[in-house]
Amino acid sequence: MMMRLLTFVMALMLAGPVLAQNGPLRLTITDGVIEPITFAAPSFEAENPAALQAASDISRLVVQDLAGTGLFREVPATAFISQISSFAQPVAFADWRAINAQALIVGAVNVNGDQLTVKFRLYDVFSGQELGQGLQFAGTTAGWRRMGHKVADAVYGRITGEGGYFDSRVVFVSESGPKDNRQKRLAIMDFDGANIQFLTDSSSIVLAPRFSPNGDRVLYTSFESGFPRINVLNVANVGRQQLQTAPGEMAFSPRFSRDGRQVIYSLSNGGSTDIYRTDLTTGQHIRLTQTPSIETAPSLSPDGSQIVFESDRSGNQQLYVMSANGGEARRISFGEGRYGTPVWSPRGDLVAFTKQNAGRFHIGVMRLDGSEERLLTSSFLDEGPTWSPNGRVIMFSRETQGAGGTSSMYSVDISGRNLKAVPLQGGASDPSWGPLQP
Amino acid sequence: MTFFKKAAVVLLVLATAACTNPDRFGGGAGGAGGAGGDAGLNGGLAGSASDPTSPLFFNQTIGDRVLFTVDTSTLTPTGQTILDGQAQWLLTNADYRAIIEGHADEQGTREYNLALGQRRANAVREYLVSRGVPVNRLQVTSFGKERPIAVCSEESCYAQNRRAVTVLSFSAITS
Repeated sequence: MMMRLLTFVMALMLAGPVLAQNGPLRLTITDGVIEPITFAAPSFEAENPAALQAASDISRLVVQDLAGTGLFREVPATAFISQISSFAQPVAFADWRAINAQALIVGAVNVNGDQLTVKFRLYDVFSGQELGQGLQFAGTTAGWRRMGHKVADAVYGRITGEGGYFDSRVVFVSESGPKDNRQKRLAIMDFDGANIQFLTDSSSIVLAPRFSPNGDRVLYTSFESGFPRINVLNVANVGRQQLQTAPGEMAFSPRFSRDGRQVIYSLSNGGSTDIYRTDLTTGQHIRLTQTPSIETAPSLSPDGSQIVFESDRSGNQQLYVMSANGGEARRISFGEGRYGTPVWSPRGDLVAFTKQNAGRFHIGVMRLDGSEERLLTSSFLDEGPTWSPNGRVIMFSRETQGAGGTSSMYSVDISGRNLKAVPLQGGASDPSWGPLQP
Repeated sequence: MTFFKKAAVVLLVLATAACTNPDRFGGGAGGAGGAGGDAGLNGGLAGSASDPTSPLFFNQTIGDRVLFTVDTSTLTPTGQTILDGQAQWLLTNADYRAIIEGHADEQGTREYNLALGQRRANAVREYLVSRGVPVNRLQVTSFGKERPIAVCSEESCYAQNRRAVTVLSFSAITS
């Protein structure tokens, strides 16, 4: 991913930019039943012959991204009355109204050597206005998917008023081999499963990676010493450092602080597992919990002031919240069963968790006071939720039952809708969703 | 108890980290006694099962592992009997060290199971130390649910996977 991406608003002054900021085409994402917004996205115009393939690929990707959310529904090209042959051509709104397309996305692609530019306009068909201004993205042909995701993110953002999540990556554990000799490697993919890149080989077990807040580094647990230890990996050059621990200690469950300078993690010693915080620059560390029980899976609030974590101090796994500096913790989970792997949402309003009850595993969300618990999934073994950058979607691991059981990654809306597998060949687990890319 | 032992945590470049553990861990068999690189002494089956000083005797006659009930680290009476034999063997064969590997079944979240496996391995270590084995000859680690030896999703398999395995080693142990 060496591509440089430039984004800028272009003054595409055909009819003058009409900013329909509070226009009628608006989808407010709520927990209620949503009628998807219908949209038409005619294949983007190829401004030169070299751009033919990219124009077709990018427009298909924009459709795939938007329709994949479950919030938008494509009106197929076979229904079109008008064709869009040119980006500059005036839009015949009546023709798009007639096929009930609420939104119209028009784009054009230009390829010059290995340089590629994409521009698009979004129209609110029923009000007959452009929604936002024309926008252009420039990059390399190899990075065409990122530009398609950028267009889809912009459309998503203009219609929902929220940030998108398409131009983002996920670090995860790629799995192969049978259950009793499973090989695990760290890998990165685009959110939709494309562009897989391996970061480690499978010579030792790797677990539970976590992206840094800006996506430049990954924390994970490695068994290369025979003992669980925490590694910090630089995504760009795959250089690694180890957080050194004393003999006899196990370190795992690492997460970055919000500024990326510290690591919150678990340290096991003498049968007890507690949460610590270490400064990556100075090596200074602070112990945050002080009990003989298991405290693990810490997750910081978006403002960095609090930590939600799991503890079995009550007798089994439950969720607790404490100050980021440690001290008294308040239990927030009180339902039946066991609660683990809490992850604070990027919006700060919810915590996602794994719940184990009556022989089933669930991914769920609750408010930080434990209220409004909602289970989104149910299976033999679901675990390890991670939030999309906009806090609307959760990705997690699902392991199937039995001797031939394998792990896959799934995503689901926080409403519980739109459950689907991330399309990958081979096994995958422990996703950590990174930020929207700049 | 060593619950509150302070850790010196410093950041080192990985290449310079002093990790001289047996590289059989790298193969990932992890005490499962299965295939996977150069097995440790447990997998290597050194000596003869009838020779009380042989690792094979330790592994097979005494028993190299103890089992646990769901979500516990309490040693069973059967487990204690096995560990009495392990302690006796380790006291007699003073050249050996051991790494105790804790494991969990698949019914649990990954990181919790790592901690649970550590708790099990530590229970074994504390028991062996209480029987006179010098603490500096014993190390603990945990594989959580990463290295099951039985792969079905039923209690018959889970029971075998909830284990702590005492893996013998000649080599000096550092981490």
